[in-house]
Amino acid sequence: MPRTLFDKIWDFHCVGQRADGRDLIYIDRHVLHELHAHHAFAQLEKQQRSVHRPDLTFAVQDHTVATKPGRDDNTNPSGTAFIQAMREGCRRNGIRLFDIDDPEQGISHVVAPELGIVLPGATHAVPDSHASTVGGVGALAFGCGTSELAHILATQVMALKRPKRMRVRLDGRLGAHVSAKDVALRIIAEIGVAGARGHVVEYAGSAVRAMPIEQRMTLCNLNIEMGGRSGFVAPDETTFTWIAGRPFAPQGAQWDMALANWSTLTTDEDAVFDREIVLDCAVLGPQITWGTDPSQVVDISGSVPEPSAVDPSRRAAAESAFAYMNLEPGTPLAGLPVDRVFIGSCTNSRLPDLQIAAAIVRGRHVAKGVVAMVVPGSSSVKREAEAAGLDRVFRDAGFFWGESGCSMCAGGNGDRGQPGERCVSTTNRNFENRQGLKVRTHLASPATAAATAIAGRIADVRQLMSMSGAA
Amino acid sequence: MVPFTTHTGIAAPLLTDDMNTDQIAPIMHSRSLKEDYKAMLFHRARHRDDGSENPDFVLNKPQFRAAGILVTGNNFGAGSSRESAVWSMLANNIRVIVAKSFADIYRENCLQNGLLPVVLDANDAEGFISRVIAADGAAPFTVDLLAQRISGPGGADIIFEIAAADRTRLLEGLDDIGLTLKHLDQIVSWEQRAAAAQPWLQMTQDSR
Repeated sequence: MPRTLFDKIWDFHCVGQRADGRDLIYIDRHVLHELHAHHAFAQLEKQQRSVHRPDLTFAVQDHTVATKPGRDDNTNPSGTAFIQAMREGCRRNGIRLFDIDDPEQGISHVVAPELGIVLPGATHAVPDSHASTVGGVGALAFGCGTSELAHILATQVMALKRPKRMRVRLDGRLGAHVSAKDVALRIIAEIGVAGARGHVVEYAGSAVRAMPIEQRMTLCNLNIEMGGRSGFVAPDETTFTWIAGRPFAPQGAQWDMALANWSTLTTDEDAVFDREIVLDCAVLGPQITWGTDPSQVVDISGSVPEPSAVDPSRRAAAESAFAYMNLEPGTPLAGLPVDRVFIGSCTNSRLPDLQIAAAIVRGRHVAKGVVAMVVPGSSSVKREAEAAGLDRVFRDAGFFWGESGCSMCAGGNGDRGQPGERCVSTTNRNFENRQGLKVRTHLASPATAAATAIAGRIADVRQLMSMSGAA
Repeated sequence: MVPFTTHTGIAAPLLTDDMNTDQIAPIMHSRSLKEDYKAMLFHRARHRDDGSENPDFVLNKPQFRAAGILVTGNNFGAGSSRESAVWSMLANNIRVIVAKSFADIYRENCLQNGLLPVVLDANDAEGFISRVIAADGAAPFTVDLLAQRISGPGGADIIFEIAAADRTRLLEGLDDIGLTLKHLDQIVSWEQRAAAAQPWLQMTQDSR
């Protein structure tokens, strides 16, 4: 029987079935972060259980770390206890920690693939809903809560019900200054914030094949924003080239063996999906959210919708978003003055994201009154960006250039906006109060965020770049 | 885990879809390893700008202050995987959430902690919501997991579906890790097979 790639990875990793019918899925790579791990360590200790495979477990400090240059445990006082508990828990349990001062510290979803810790066809878990970011290299990743985190530490498996299968086919060639972020926002707009609930999503089609790995990661990162259980792109030559030589990737004879195996990681021709979506990306322009959930999206040339244009079941949510965002129906998004721009997070903080933003910022200056920040996704990304002189480009333009971490995505490290501020952000959630009390978040791509910082208003990057003849 | 058999409590209607975990359990500005989960629940919605209580929020209304059942819409618990969004319910003695649907990770987190996630189909949900609104906190509802039944003022008992395995786990308060460790032999033999077939999966080595 033809099988989807999801089925192949699932079946290979199925250790057995529990009496309650749940499949025990082996987790090849488990990555922890400091916000949730201490609970799990405490739980295991109380139950006198040990970590089954510390060698397959890694840990990062990302959610609560300050981004201020020269930071230490105490720079963000409300993170200190978490950072130190993490260090102690990892020491006691023999887990490799990328600590706050490690040259490879960073956001788990950025660090794990860039070091080759996560691999094609491997299963992966993180106690964080954006775990499926690494689906960009063809890994099957699950976000989980704290109890499940303790469960994985003790057993190295997750007890899961088999999800349904969904395929999102992305056809066509992306236009200039349009990226995976715009594609993902459009998909979420089309199918809604619960559109992929209960499903593992395979992203396929020519537009995906043309995407570099970092963009595939952006695409898979936003899978949870439509409720997906996991999301991935089948690995291909682009993937293998990207992974080759990364520190934890297989080497020598093992590499050849792995490569032979990875080349079989495809969905069979006639495999059946429970749901299929097709999107023509050729006609897509930059996208931006106007509301307070990631499905409230319009084209950059669009306007806040009239209530009559909103599906009746979503009208109350729209009305509430109009009020929170301080926007009248019919208001064009482009041209709205902004107070803050944030470029970073597991969604859009890898080197190519920063290169795209820097190309727009170069030789220009952040508009007066706008606070603009760039926070690289890992200390490695930061170092590479600095080697390429990108930090100078951003700093000369008036951006803050920070140390790596989750930063303003959820504000868990103290980086937050002021009440009432309008913020264009490359992150993943425009929820009320997430980036600071009463902060009004508009999600967009790094290109749109960079152009907006320069203009001081929500901007169509294509116009900014054509004005200067650079498009 | 505390077993769940039956729970009687005031049912509070929170009739929105897509309630996310940032709303349920916001990241508090001052945090510690031992968080105040009771205060965390719907912290923003419960307060006005000046820090005083928002009298319009359902759980602040006198008749719902001691609610033990939360009644809500579609896709409850979307967003972040934070388990504090479940712990904060339990800290407020809310043991049952009745929804039209739940976000996947949130539902898992409920099962791990003995918080009963009840899903009603659209018809039953609308009927139950009307009854909850009509009762207005004056009389409690009882949710009986053994009988898979909700009973209370304003109408006939409602039978709900739940996977048999999830039901057993809640009824018996089973230790999830313990259940899985019964399969430790299978886990170890899988590791041996994988180490032979795909050795790179069973080892992590920094090649530098």
